[in-house]
Amino acid sequence: MRALRQRAATDERVAGWIFVIPVLVGIGTFLIVPIGMALWISFTDWNGLSPPEQAEFVGLDNYRELVTAEGDPRRDFAMAVRNNLYYVLGVVPAQTAIAFILAVIVNQKFLRGKGFFRTAYYFPSITSSIAISLVFLFLFQRSGAINQLISGLLPGAEFRMNWLDNADGVLHNAVGLVGVDTPPAILTDTSVLGLSLWQWLSGPSVTLFAIMILATWTTTGTMMLIFLAGLQNIPPDVEEASRVDGASALQRFRLVTIPMMKQPLFFVLTIGLIGTWQVFDQIFVISAGGPQKTTLTPAYLIYREGFQNFSMGRATAVAFLLFALIIVFTLVQRRILKPERA
Amino acid sequence: MTAQLQRRQTPPGGRVAERGQSSGYRVAKRVLGYTVLIFFAAMFIAPFALALANSLKSRPEALASPLSLFPAEPTGRAYREMAGTDLPRWTMNSVVVTVMVTLGRLFLDSLAGYALARLRFPGRALIFALVVAVLAVPPIVLAIPRYLVLGQLGMLDTYAGLILPLAVDAFGIFLMKTFFESIPREMEEAARIDGATIFQTYWRIILPLAAPGLLALTILSFQASWNEFLHPLIAAPSDPDLRTLPVGLALLRGAQGESQDFPLLLGASVLITIPVAIIFFTFQRYFIQGVTASAVKG
Repeated sequence: MRALRQRAATDERVAGWIFVIPVLVGIGTFLIVPIGMALWISFTDWNGLSPPEQAEFVGLDNYRELVTAEGDPRRDFAMAVRNNLYYVLGVVPAQTAIAFILAVIVNQKFLRGKGFFRTAYYFPSITSSIAISLVFLFLFQRSGAINQLISGLLPGAEFRMNWLDNADGVLHNAVGLVGVDTPPAILTDTSVLGLSLWQWLSGPSVTLFAIMILATWTTTGTMMLIFLAGLQNIPPDVEEASRVDGASALQRFRLVTIPMMKQPLFFVLTIGLIGTWQVFDQIFVISAGGPQKTTLTPAYLIYREGFQNFSMGRATAVAFLLFALIIVFTLVQRRILKPERA
Repeated sequence: MTAQLQRRQTPPGGRVAERGQSSGYRVAKRVLGYTVLIFFAAMFIAPFALALANSLKSRPEALASPLSLFPAEPTGRAYREMAGTDLPRWTMNSVVVTVMVTLGRLFLDSLAGYALARLRFPGRALIFALVVAVLAVPPIVLAIPRYLVLGQLGMLDTYAGLILPLAVDAFGIFLMKTFFESIPREMEEAARIDGATIFQTYWRIILPLAAPGLLALTILSFQASWNEFLHPLIAAPSDPDLRTLPVGLALLRGAQGESQDFPLLLGASVLITIPVAIIFFTFQRYFIQGVTASAVKG
């Protein structure tokens, strides 16, 4: 019996390794080795076409050009980070808030049609990002559905916003509405990382704003599902007890629902943050980084430098900087919003 | 305490009246709730409806009245013209890649998931940690490294290069591991005592029991690889015959320049959405299971 058990244990050791070896080979070949090779490439001037071993070692030059040395690469990288920062600050709160509100309403016992609404909200999340970008490209045309709809809602005014090729910052436009046309000299003359303070502060361009609407529209459904699962996990007794204790609907929401939702909220913010820092497909289809680089993002910059400008060294350096940026943002967010683990 | 119990047993209507909610208030709450829900449902559905409607219009009509849901003169022109483009070829590529990636994931992820869930072997914890770490690496960061490795392996512009990197998928391993852990151990122990090998146990006993989990994995990987854009874009950079549907569509928009044939682009968008839509409406709860499973792990 003991010998049998011993043999079973040996069998398990062997089988365990045999079962995971295919996956380990895959992870090694397509993840670990590539990351190691890319790290090395980021220290070279490889152009992506010649054999990589012929590339010249340039030390930290690629990183220096992106972060410290004056010039176009640094300006483009700063621009990409600036744009993506606005994108993150716009999309993450919008999708989180809308998803939370929708989940709370869908979860109300006095409303019917839960399944229908859940389906309708989630469906955009599972469709092709390319197809959706093409549809939005059509909707946001100058004579397109969005402008016609707004014109219809504002009688007397023909609304013909140029959404898709408009580099004006939305904050810039907003202060323009109250009569501020020329920014103060201190903002135009002070520059940080190759961009003037005015460029940093003028907000996402109208075109980036349209892409932010698209992104919010696509991802809200996923976030709503996560919130809904969280709401359904709240034990009915807890709700019932607070009800019996005489808590009003608003108090119940504040004292029971919100604290119980910390974990899903934290998760939604984390995946939202990680996802929005990688925006690529929509930019590729809609604007290719333009107009005037106002929709350039680090992810798109990686593609442009690597596959269009054939400067793989710089592109991989951008990739590692982006990775570092995502890690820093996630850690900061974790610091601020750490949920108590059960 | 007794008072509370008694109150708990009062009928729902009584409880509401007790808190002073008039029926008018309840109706208002309901109306407000439905208004918000229906408004957002319309927002989420409208783009699809408009895409379908405009794909059936002529080009001038789609430009002049993009908002109308019913084409004045419906035409199948856009769909007929698609047959003359490379779209059928891209569709075939997408089908091949999606099917192979899904089969690969089913096999590899379930094997590894089973080992990580049940088999005791040295290094198991370390391998699991590796899988978790891999989940954290953003795909865009991997784009150039993968291009590099595929180049070294001579797999650029090949089906193998399109398929193999996507067939390894940390999330699927996660999903399967969780699923296997929920299956009672007694079943496989009985089989093992009857003399079945580990692989036989896995193949004949465990996999059939894990069918719902495998179905969830099938659906999620079908959807993910059907929609995948970045990987086929970089893995087949110079062979137009190897483009998948998303890559082909994205470049079709680029190739058309200023005067876009929107009915055709919208029609193609409708077509690429249909397979995922069918699967979504048939197996909705597996999608939802996938999302919630990832949430629980977060």
